[in-house]
Amino acid sequence: MREFKGRVIAEGTVSADAVVSHGGLNTLASFQKALQFGDKNATCGDQNNPDLYGKQMAGKALCLPMTIGSTTGGLVLYCACAMKRQPACMLFSKPIDSLAAAGSILADVWLDDVSMPVVDSLGDEFLEYVKDGMKITVKENGVVCVE
Amino acid sequence: MILTNEQQEILNGSKGEVLAKVMKTMVKYGEAFGAEKLVPVTSDYNHLVTSFGLKMMTPVFDLMQQLIDAGAVSTQKFSVDPRPLDKNVPANFLQNFIFHNFMYSTQESYEKQLAELGLKDDKAFTCTCYMNEVGNTPKKGDVLSWAESSAVVYANSVLGARCNRNSGIIDIMGSVVGYVPYFGLLTDEGRKATWTVEIKTTKKPEAQLLGSAIGMKVMEAVPYIKGLDKWLGTELNDEVRTYLKDFGAATASNGAVGLYHIENLTPEAVELGDSLVCENAQVYVIDDAELERVYKNYPVIWKNANAKPKLCFMGCPHMSLQQLKDWTDKVEKALKEAGNSKVVIPTVFTAAPNVLEEFSKTEYAARLKATGIITSYICPLMYMNNPLCGKMPVITSSNKLRTYTTARYYTDDEILMQITKGGNK
Repeated sequence: MREFKGRVIAEGTVSADAVVSHGGLNTLASFQKALQFGDKNATCGDQNNPDLYGKQMAGKALCLPMTIGSTTGGLVLYCACAMKRQPACMLFSKPIDSLAAAGSILADVWLDDVSMPVVDSLGDEFLEYVKDGMKITVKENGVVCVE
Repeated sequence: MILTNEQQEILNGSKGEVLAKVMKTMVKYGEAFGAEKLVPVTSDYNHLVTSFGLKMMTPVFDLMQQLIDAGAVSTQKFSVDPRPLDKNVPANFLQNFIFHNFMYSTQESYEKQLAELGLKDDKAFTCTCYMNEVGNTPKKGDVLSWAESSAVVYANSVLGARCNRNSGIIDIMGSVVGYVPYFGLLTDEGRKATWTVEIKTTKKPEAQLLGSAIGMKVMEAVPYIKGLDKWLGTELNDEVRTYLKDFGAATASNGAVGLYHIENLTPEAVELGDSLVCENAQVYVIDDAELERVYKNYPVIWKNANAKPKLCFMGCPHMSLQQLKDWTDKVEKALKEAGNSKVVIPTVFTAAPNVLEEFSKTEYAARLKATGIITSYICPLMYMNNPLCGKMPVITSSNKLRTYTTARYYTDDEILMQITKGGNK
């Protein structure tokens, strides 16, 4: 078991299994099919992301360096949260990017009954250590346990 | 973050609960990036990314309605990304049924919302709002609250405006409160390059391929590109601006580039030169072999990789007037060489409504129509976003369309070959 310390972007505590993307998560490409066609598992539809393509994102601890791609990214993430198909938490190895920040902040400010803890700046070592299926616990103050 | 009295009062609710939440969103957005202040939006117009009445976006439409109901709308008019539907674009009965009754069933009501929120005019649907014909062209130094990755990277890089890669919704909220947080690409420091890209190709690199290679390598960083002026020259003319439009869109969609500098060409690179490059910047050398490697690594996700293409889309981002004219010449010439009178694959060229209007006034319009090519204001990306189109073998020279859909990328020359002669070679 290892602990990593990051910065809290959206507060909350949660435990979930990890899914890991070593490349940037293209939010639109990853979520659009799932949101459009009622896939409650939010199966990743991004053909360019070999780590995540075809894997469930809803309810998982999504571990990633950053998000990339279309500037619809933030609102797509906001819609995923509003439709309850969001990851259990989003854990960024790098400082958060503007699209992911927008999505998590919009959900935090405008949605009453949604929780998606977001922690960034966990470091490259976090992403090297964490593997699919590992148990992740997000504690308060940006502490993330991986076991 | 230190707020002015006016900003603090809005945050405290002096102008209503909804505007307070809008301000809270912008403050939290800025705080995530260490912004110490909000700065006024100074552009004449805004640009929004959300143009589509896609049913899955219902939470967004609900939020927009909250803004409208509370009177939290901007005095700044805006353009918006292209419409997702156009009857000129080929679609079978089933596709049309799904488009109108399932996917984009809220298009009409959403366009009413856009009008209430401040849409510039009913032709202001394009991802290339910065083109002269459209009239949303920011000045150097203007502070924007735009979204649409291809427009943001163009405004920053080619026009020298200042805009972060804002998400949809953030784009309108910045305009509604009139302020955006001061961080990232709004700051001098944030506009410095942490990558140097050296172009060492033996011919002019394909814009969409070069942009893809750089985007995938540098991701969100600012690249300073050397050696491209050898192929593009040092003047930002129509041809070069078109090249940079396509190049930038690929950097932004294949990576997350919001600003690039091209030595001796783009405004800040001309003004500040090498001083824009950070110490210890990483170096990426691009030669013919590297571009070939990038091209060969694109996944082909057609069920049958050898399927005959059923549709070709050009214009993601939307084509320029010059591009439409140049392609008319190219297609005519290639058809003549092939002994064909019309294109052999249904082909759609997309451009802004205002650009199409100008194009229709030229003699090129009738000539292009005679080749069988259809022109449209549609967003090819939104057209492709459904399971029926997803199964269609569609070809394109847009690296953005390739990234987000099942469309298969070919270079411009290969596309020309395919649509005029059939086959890849």
